Amino acid sequence: MQALTKRSKQVDRRPMTAMEKMYLPSIIKGMGITFSHLFKKKPTINYPEQQRPFSAVFRGVQILNRDEEGRERCTACGLCAVACPAEAITMEAAERQPGEENLYREEKYAAKYEINMLRCIFCGFCEEACPKDAIYLTQTFTPANYGREGFIYKKEDLLIPNPVTQPEEYAKAKGTIGKDIK
Amino acid sequence: MSITQILFWTLSIVALFSALMMITSKNPVYSVLWLIVTFFCISGHYILLNAQFLAIVNIIVYAGAIMVLFLFVIMLMNLGKDTEPQKSKWLKLASAVSGGCLLLVLIAVLRKTETHMADLTSGEIGLIQNLGKVLFNQYVVPFEISSILFLSAMVGAVVIGKKE
Amino acid sequence: MYLLQFDWFIVLEKFILIAAIVTIALVVAMYSTYAERKIAAFLQDRRGPNRAGPFGLLQPMADGLKLFMKEEIIPLASSKFLFILGPMLAMITATMTSAVIPWGTTIEIAGRQVPLQIADINIGILYVFGVVSLGVYGIMIGGWASNNKFSLIAAIRGASQMISYELAMGLALIAVLMISGSLRLSVIVQEQIQHGWNIIYQPLGFLIFFICALAECNRTPFDLPEAENELNFGYHQEYSSMKLGFYLFAEYINMFISSVIMATLFFGGYDIPFVNEGAWGNAWWVGVVGFGVLMLKAVLFIFLFMWIRWTIPRFRYDQLMNLGWKKLLPLALANMLLTAVVVLLLNR
Repeated sequence: MQALTKRSKQVDRRPMTAMEKMYLPSIIKGMGITFSHLFKKKPTINYPEQQRPFSAVFRGVQILNRDEEGRERCTACGLCAVACPAEAITMEAAERQPGEENLYREEKYAAKYEINMLRCIFCGFCEEACPKDAIYLTQTFTPANYGREGFIYKKEDLLIPNPVTQPEEYAKAKGTIGKDIK
Repeated sequence: MSITQILFWTLSIVALFSALMMITSKNPVYSVLWLIVTFFCISGHYILLNAQFLAIVNIIVYAGAIMVLFLFVIMLMNLGKDTEPQKSKWLKLASAVSGGCLLLVLIAVLRKTETHMADLTSGEIGLIQNLGKVLFNQYVVPFEISSILFLSAMVGAVVIGKKE
Repeated sequence: MYLLQFDWFIVLEKFILIAAIVTIALVVAMYSTYAERKIAAFLQDRRGPNRAGPFGLLQPMADGLKLFMKEEIIPLASSKFLFILGPMLAMITATMTSAVIPWGTTIEIAGRQVPLQIADINIGILYVFGVVSLGVYGIMIGGWASNNKFSLIAAIRGASQMISYELAMGLALIAVLMISGSLRLSVIVQEQIQHGWNIIYQPLGFLIFFICALAECNRTPFDLPEAENELNFGYHQEYSSMKLGFYLFAEYINMFISSVIMATLFFGGYDIPFVNEGAWGNAWWVGVVGFGVLMLKAVLFIFLFMWIRWTIPRFRYDQLMNLGWKKLLPLALANMLLTAVVVLLLNR
C-alpha cells in the first residue's frame, strides 16, 4: 500500500526484549522528558494583565462607520446581507425625512440593522461588499453573553461613536480601520 | 478504681454491646460493622494485657482482611427482604440445637477453669519477641502444621479459581 | 501496667505533639493540593494557579472554602449514617498512621527527655500496617452506603486493589525488618544511622514498597477511582461538598504519611547523610533540624509521587492485578528469601 505521507512509519511488531519487558528504563526515560519540561518557557499569557497582540489583519466585531460630520454612512442597500455567507445580517431601510440631514448621509438609511454574532463567521465579505465604506471589522472580540438575544447586535451596538461629539472614543473605536496595512 | 479497671470495664461493655448488636441487626452489613467494633474492643483488651502484638495482629487479620472479605460478599449479595429464602422449621430447630450445644460446651469449659487473673503488670508473653521464641521453640510443630493447613487452603482456592 | 501509669506532663507533652503533628500533616496535605496543581502545570508548560494570593499560595484556602460552601447532597436511598461515616473513616485512618513515626531525635526541654514520637510501641510498623488495612473500610462503607451500583463496584475495585498491594508491601517490609531486627520504627532509624540507609541493602525492596505505596494511596498509575471516562468514577461518585473533599484530602494525607514512612524505613528517617549529628547532643534545635531533614525527604517523595502522576498513564484493572499478584508478589517473596539467606550467612 502506498503511504499517504512521507512521515508514516512502519510499526515495529517484534516481541519485546527482556529489557523492554521490565518497563523501568522506558519509564525513567519518560520521567526525564517530563522533568525537562519543568524548565521550559511557558507559553501561557496572563490574560487580563497581558494581552497577545492581534495580527494586523485580524477581523473582529463589525462597526457601522460614520463620516467626518458624524452622519451614518449606511444606505441600507443590502449588499452586505447578500454577500454574507452565514446570512447573519438583516436590515430594514427607511427614507430620510427633512431635518435629518445631519444624521444620515444619503436619502435612504438603515432603520434597523442587526448582525447575529452567533452566525457571523468574521469573513469580512460585508466589508468588501460595502460600496459606501459603511461597515468595517474591528480588532475586538465579541464579548461573552448569558443569552442568545445578547448576541444579536442592534444598530446602536454597532454604530461607531460620533466623531463630532465624542472624538476620543471615535478615534479609539476606529483604530486601524481605513489605514493601509501592508 | 484504677485507670486499667475503668478501661477494662468500658471495653468489656462496648464489646458485649457491639456483639449483641451484631447478632440483632437486620442488615448484615451493619452486623459486619458491629463485629469490627467488637474486634477493636478485644484488641483493646489485648493491649491491657500488654500483648501488643496480638492486639495489632487481631486488627490486621480479622478487622483488616477477613472482615473486608465478608463485606465483599455481603455487599455483592442482593439483600432485599423478598429474595431471602424461607427457612424451614427443621432448619431453625437444627440451628437452635447446635447453638445450644456450643453454649453447653462453653459453659462446661468455663466452669472447669479456675478463676485465674491475668497478670497485668509483668505479662510479657504477648510481646513479639517472646511470642516468637515460644512459637518457634516450644510449639514449632503445631505452628508448622497450621501453616500446612493454610497452604492446603490456598491450593484449594487456586484449584477452585482455575476451574472453568 | 506501665503503659497506663502516667504523669500528667507526659499527657500534656503527647497532647501537644499529637496536635502539632496532625496540624502539620493537614497543612502539608493542603499544600500538596497546591503543589500538585503547580507541578502538573509546570510539567505541561503551564503556569498553574497564580490568582489567589502571591503565586497563588492562598489557592488551597479558596478550594477548601469552595468545598465547604458547595451544596451537600445525601442520596435519599442511602444509609445516611454510613454515608457520613465513610469519609470520616478515611480521614481518621489517614491521620492515625502518624502516631508511630519518629519525627526526630529525643530532645531535652526544661530538663525533660522529650522523644519526637507520639508512641514508641514495639510493633510500630505492624501498627502502620493495621491502620492502612483499615483504610479499606472508608472506601467500602462509602461506596456501599451511596446505594449506587457504580459506587459499589468501584468500592470493591478499590478495596481489592488495596488488599492486593498490601501483600507485596508487607513482604517487602519483612526484608527490611530482617535487616533491622526490630519492628520499632525508632530502632529501625537508629540502625540506619549506624549502618547506612536501608536503600543500600534493599533497593528492590524499596522499589516494590514504593510501587505498592502508589497503589495504596490510589495515585497514578493506580488511580482507578479517578478514572471517570473509562470506569465511571470511583467509590466517591455520589459524594459532594466537603465529604468529597475529605476523601480527596485523605488521599493527600496518605501520600504525605507514606512519604514519611518510606523516608523512615529506607532513607534513614531524620538522619542527615555524611554528618554525625549524634555528636551535637540533644538540644532542642537538633530535633528541629532532624525534623526538617525528614520533612525534606518527605517533600522529595511527594514530588516524586506527583512527577509520576503527570508522566505515566493509568493501568487497566487487569494489568493492575497482574502486576500486583504475578510480578510484585513473587519479586517480593524472592527478595525476602534472598535477604533471609544473606542475613543468616552473615550472622554465622
